[in-house]
Amino acid sequence: MRHELITDAALVSNYLKGDESALSVLIHRHQQKIYSFIYSKVYDRDITEDIFQDTFIKVIRTLKLGKYNEEGKFLPWVMRIAHNLIIDHFRKNSRMPKFDNSGEFSIFSVLSDSSLDAEKTIIKEQIECDLRRLIDELPDDQKDVLMMRMYQDMSFKEISDKTGVSINTALGRMRYALINLRKVIDQKNIILTN
Amino acid sequence: MAKLYSEKKITETQINLNPKEETVSFLLNYSKALSVIHCNNLKFEALQN
Repeated sequence: MRHELITDAALVSNYLKGDESALSVLIHRHQQKIYSFIYSKVYDRDITEDIFQDTFIKVIRTLKLGKYNEEGKFLPWVMRIAHNLIIDHFRKNSRMPKFDNSGEFSIFSVLSDSSLDAEKTIIKEQIECDLRRLIDELPDDQKDVLMMRMYQDMSFKEISDKTGVSINTALGRMRYALINLRKVIDQKNIILTN
Repeated sequence: MAKLYSEKKITETQINLNPKEETVSFLLNYSKALSVIHCNNLKFEALQN
């Protein structure tokens, strides 16, 4: 309560005269406002702590160098320094974006390595091999349509031209090929996922 | 039920928005250690341990 009676201007003046405790009063008086202001912009406790510290280092240096001349406006002046340091922080980060993994959101949950590792490559080869064997078990007409459609990427029109059947027949054979494949996969409990 | 897309309120941090004691202590020690030496028209900063 005693401290509240002394104005910021008087505390700054005392500090400039060498009273170090005046700085302590100033910091404790305004720390919450300044800290909250910084945190409201950066949303990171560690960065807030850094900017808060840098703000007061600048305040101390400016005061000790005798460059402070905004008597009576101590808090707005400190806020302006903090504001400038926040802008510096964002400028620096936009040049070199940083992703921290400390929060709930992890950047690695959205970034993934799409290339397969050795184990997955082997599994993929096995799945493809198994699938080929299953396709070989299909009746020839269904197998031909499926091979032309899936492996040679032909349209049903091209398949119909090549095999001499109508498009509808080709579509029907493709449909039965898939139904039969699913049936065999279900019956034999084959897992075809990586 | 409709989904809520608004951001969660930051309750944990709103309770204690004050700098760490170490930070304040560092600043007070920095202030004590920093001295400005006037020499002719020049000013030099000196940090004493």
